[in-house]
Formats: sequence, structure tokens, C-alpha cells
Amino acid sequence: MDVYILIQQLFNGITLGTIYGLIAVGYTMVYGVIRMINFAHGDVYMVSAYIAAITLAVLTFFGIQSVPFALISVLVITCAITALYGWAIERVAYRPLRGSTKLAPLISAIGISLMLQSYVQIAQGARDQGVPTLISGAFRFGDGVHFAQITYMQTVILFASLIAMGILTYVINHTRIGRECRAVQQNIRISAVLGVNTDRIISTVFVIGAATAAVGGVLVTFNYGSFNFFIGFVMGIKAFTAAVLGGIGSLPGAVLGGVLLGLTEALFAGYVSTDYKDVFAFALLIILLFFRPYGLLGRPEIQKV
Amino acid sequence: MQTNRLLTLAKQALLTFTVSLILFAPISGLVLEGFSFRNELTRAVLLAALVAAGRVALSLVGMTAIGRKIAGKAASNGSGVTVMTGKEKSPALILGLIFLAGLSLPFFADKYFLGIAILALIYCLLGLGLNIVVGLAGLLDLGFVAFYAVGAYLLALGAQYLGLGFWSALIIAPFLAGLCGMVLAFPVLKMHGDYLAIVTLGFGEIIRLVLNNWLEFTGGPNGASVPPPTLFGLEFTRTAKQGGVPLHDYFGIAYSADYKFWFIYLVLFLVVCLVVYAVERLRVMPLGRMWEALREDEIACRSLGVNHVFTKLTAFMLGASTGGLAGVFFAVHQGFVNPTSFTFFESALILAIVVLGGLGSTVGVIAAALVLTILPELLRDFAEYRVLVFGVLMVVMMIWKPRGLVRVQRPAFFPSTAVKGAGTAPLSASPEAVR
Repeated sequence: MDVYILIQQLFNGITLGTIYGLIAVGYTMVYGVIRMINFAHGDVYMVSAYIAAITLAVLTFFGIQSVPFALISVLVITCAITALYGWAIERVAYRPLRGSTKLAPLISAIGISLMLQSYVQIAQGARDQGVPTLISGAFRFGDGVHFAQITYMQTVILFASLIAMGILTYVINHTRIGRECRAVQQNIRISAVLGVNTDRIISTVFVIGAATAAVGGVLVTFNYGSFNFFIGFVMGIKAFTAAVLGGIGSLPGAVLGGVLLGLTEALFAGYVSTDYKDVFAFALLIILLFFRPYGLLGRPEIQKV
Repeated sequence: MQTNRLLTLAKQALLTFTVSLILFAPISGLVLEGFSFRNELTRAVLLAALVAAGRVALSLVGMTAIGRKIAGKAASNGSGVTVMTGKEKSPALILGLIFLAGLSLPFFADKYFLGIAILALIYCLLGLGLNIVVGLAGLLDLGFVAFYAVGAYLLALGAQYLGLGFWSALIIAPFLAGLCGMVLAFPVLKMHGDYLAIVTLGFGEIIRLVLNNWLEFTGGPNGASVPPPTLFGLEFTRTAKQGGVPLHDYFGIAYSADYKFWFIYLVLFLVVCLVVYAVERLRVMPLGRMWEALREDEIACRSLGVNHVFTKLTAFMLGASTGGLAGVFFAVHQGFVNPTSFTFFESALILAIVVLGGLGSTVGVIAAALVLTILPELLRDFAEYRVLVFGVLMVVMMIWKPRGLVRVQRPAFFPSTAVKGAGTAPLSASPEAVR
């Protein structure tokens, strides 16, 4: 048994997992506030990958060569535009449906998901797109034959995710908006009675979810270098699995679930089968929902009349 | 007052224009070409202007008296149901005519149109199946295509390994698909409705991935071939291949490749009619009424003693069975199956059929299935916009008429004439009649 392969898979798993965690935040926050699975979230992530590549192309066009500057401005611009996507989707497709039938928001979300996919496909073409490698090279451990490596890009992913999570935790725990979000999550009606503008908070949650998904989108795009209009689907299900694994509605749970899913998936891919990697993730989701639908850090939901 | 309004309108238009311009500019304005991009910004500006104009038009509808009248009319039958009085004319004549027209279609249609008709009927079947699950029982199933795949692969692999034919597959498929539905649904039915959606989605993908990756058994992405159908041992091929007699030899008529499609169409048409009949009967039976009641309010139903797991399970299994049936027809029509026919998009398309047809309405679902399969054939030039339009329609339908375009009619229940004649106690008799 080569111990370096294990270490390598663990590194890969953790990097992948933090990305899952970032995207899971969007699911978990939206679910916490309006008890709805935002099926379009995976496609918002996909859109952010395109915006990141386009922003980078525009920056290169204007002759910006500095890698840190390019990376940070791509991150900021992509987050801003994707956040606007999140806001617009909520405004157009979900807000008119408050108080409608139970199925209506779900079906509307699937409609939005189809719309985003096909819009990007029509506008940008169906072929795979790519971005140039911005950061190459890696830290290596071990001798010349057996080694494990963490690429510099993976380090950037870890740090950027940590910073994003830090900012998010601060916003949720220590600002007025965060306090209002938590209040709405606990009880939307009472919050409204106490003067919280619930519509604005719901919008905010969608904006935050889209922005964190955009951070994930930028990082994944720069790490793997290629993407297409269909990447949102699988990533969406996996991030949702992460959210459920950690306990949907719980923010630390989303990150924990993401890392756990990333780790188990990397180990499964490394030691059992790469072909059935996705099957493993989906099967995990089904088993999880059966035995522990409220996840690791969530609390069982009691339905009251 | 008037200027104030105009000012608000202008402000709205400007805001919408700016926001949509920011949204459209990167994706449709700048098209990636390798690591560089192509400028298409006029397209983005046009799109944004279009959205802003739409927004203003919507506001105008809300502001002016005429607009409000139109909007009121359009939305007036959005909620509620009509209860039939029991005095409506029986639609038997129209139904009979439609039935005869459907039966005689192959004698008029050419091969191309017959192919479309078969596909449309397959989607009718799928729509009817999913309608039981989503429309009547209110369970959002996003992996419906899995049961479709079960039916199709049952015929393909059954013929390959067990020597199953079309007819035996047609009989086994509903049971096998129903069993799959039960295995999947039983554990998850007790949970939250949204979770069911995601579990079924995951299940659909698992089935597709297994079909795609299990090369030795399913043939993987290369798919598996399906034998042509037979009728009482008579074959539709020019020369007998399965040890029977070719149909044209038996009847002493000239060979035509169309006979196979005629046959598939006719059997499919009869099966669709049968399923329609079964669904319509089920709706007025206690089971069907429990489905709809459970969809509206689960807690109330459970407190009234409805076994929610059993009720949902039956809906799920019957829906899955219908999907399995459709799969067999799909396989025999194509003569070949592979996993690309069973992607999530297919599930979404079937869901679009059910949603556009109006959740729960049989007539609506059939109409939507026919329109959504025939229209794309006619509008081939706009093929790439098909999915976009489906998405838009789904959102618009949910906002505008979440209960569907066709108004739901609920049958009324009366004591039978025998009871009426027996005495003057219809009040106590009527609940019995409902049961």
C-alpha cells in the first residue's frame, strides 16, 4: 500500500470538499429561510464559471498580466454578477409564488434550471470551454518515485474558501443582516411581526448563496481549467448531498458535509472505482435521507398543525 | 398624478434595463473563443431592452383599466374547481369518434407522421404515468425516466439473455417497474416532500450511470439492440428471423416495412386508451380521491385515518408501471436502446408535459404531450430554443396558473336511481354512494 496515494487522495478530497461546502451554503441557507430546495442553484454555479472565464478573457484583453490582481478581480466581479443572478432569479421565479401550492416553487426552480442551461448553451455554444492555467506548480512530499503533491492552486482554494467562510460566519453572527437572517430562519411570521423586512432578507439569502457559489465556481474553473453548460447538474446534486449530510439549514453543517463528502468520494474513486464515483455520491444521499434525514448537525423537524 | 405614474414607469424600465444588461452582458454579450472572446454586446443590449419593455408592458397591464380587465379575466379561473352537476351530456359520442379516428390513423398517415404519432403516444403514456404521481398524489418525482429505462432495457436485455419477446415484456414491464418504484419509494415516502424529489432525481441518475458503466451486462454507451415485435408468431420482417412466418407471407400480401409501425401504433394506441380509462376510473374510486386529498393536506388526511404510506405507494407504483410500459414501446419502436435516451432532461420534459397540461388533468396531459412532441417537429428551425421555451413555460405556468390551463372538473356523486326510487332518504344514502 502506497501511503502517498492515500495522502494524495485525502488532499484532493479536502479541496473538493471545501468547494462542495461553498456551494452547499446556498442550498442550506435558502432551505433554512423558506424551506425550499433551490434546484437552480447548481446552474447558478455553472453560470459563475462562465462569467469567471469571460472576465478573465476581458482582463487579458486589456493587458492585465499580474496573476494575483487578475485572480482577485475575477473573483470580485464574478461574485457581484452571480449575486445579481441569484437576486433576479428569486425576484422573478420564486417571490410571486409565496403562498402558492407546495409544488409550485420546486417546478419553477426546475424551469429556471432548464432556462439557465439552455440560455448558456445557446449563447456560448455547447462545446467545452477552458481557461488558461494561472498558477502552476506544487508542493511535493516524498522521494522521486512515490510522492504526494498539493498544487499551489489547491492551496489557493483552501485559503480562499476559508476566507469566504470566515466572512460569511462573521456576517451571519455579528451583523444586523445576519441577525435578521437567523430570526427569519427560526420563524418567518414572528420576524415579520417584529419589523424584519422578510422579503429583503430572503433576497439577501439568495444573494449570499449565489455569491458563495460563485467563489466555488471561480476556484473550480481555475483549478480544472475546463467546463461546459452541463456542469451545474452533478455539482448541484453533490452540493445538496453535502448540505443534507451536514444537516440542511445548518451553516457549519454544510462545510462539514462538504468536506466529508469530498473525502469519502476521493477515497472511493481512489480505491474502488472512478466510473461509479457519482453513483456512490447519489447512493450516499439516498441512504442518508433514509436513516438520518436531518443530517449530522441538524435537528429533526417536527411538523405542527 | 399622470406624470408621477410615467416617472415611476420610466424608473422601473431603467432599473430593469440596467439589471438585465448586467446579467446578459457577460453571457450573451461576450462569447468565449478559446481564451479570448468575441464581442456580441448588441445582442445583450437588445435582450435587456426586450426584458425592460416586457416589464413596462406588465406594469401597464396592472395600471390601466382595460389591462386589469384582461388580467382579471385571464386569472379568474385560477383556483377552485367546478363540480359537475351530473346532468352533463355524456361525451361518449366524441370519445368514440376520437377512438375511431385514432384507430384509422395509420391508414392515412405516411411513415414519417406515423413515427411522430408513436412518439407522441409514448409521451402521452409517460405523461399519464407521471400525472398520477405528481398531478394526483402531489409527489414530485424527478427520476421518472428511470422506470422508462427499466421498461426499455427489460425488453432489450430480456431478449438478449432470457429470450423475452415483445408481448411478454409488455406484461412483465409494468410489474418490474412497479416493483422498482416500490423499492425506491417505500423508505422515502415517509419524509418531507422536497426530499422525495431529490431522492428520485438521484435514483434516476444512478440507473443511468449503471446502464452506462456496466459494459458487460448492458452494453454501456453502445446500447443494446431490440428484436422486432411479433404478432401470434407472425413476424414483420421480410424473411423470418425468429423461427416464425413473415406476416405478409401468411396473409399473401406484398411486403411493406410499414406494417411493423402500424402494429406498434395500434397496440400503443389501445394501451393508451386503456390507461386513460383506468386513470379516469381510479380518480373516482376511493384510492384516487385519497391521492388528491393527500396532495391537498397530508396532516388532515392522516388524522382522518388515511394510510398515507400505502396511498402514496400505490400512486408511485402505478405511475412507475405506466412508465415501464412506455419504455417497452420506446424500445420496440427504436429497435435499439442506449443510456443517452434516459437523461434527467427526459424527466424534466415529462414533468413539463404534466405541468403544462395542468397537474391532475388527463385531457390536459394528453393535449400537452401531443403539442410538445409534434410542435418541435414542425418547428425544426427553432430546435435549439426548445428547452429554453420549456423552462420559461414552466415558470410562467407556475406563476400564472399553478393548477393548470384546463380547469379541473370534479365528478359529483349521487345516490343511484335504485336508492332514489326506494324511498326518501337520499341524505343518508349519499355518503354510502361516495364510498
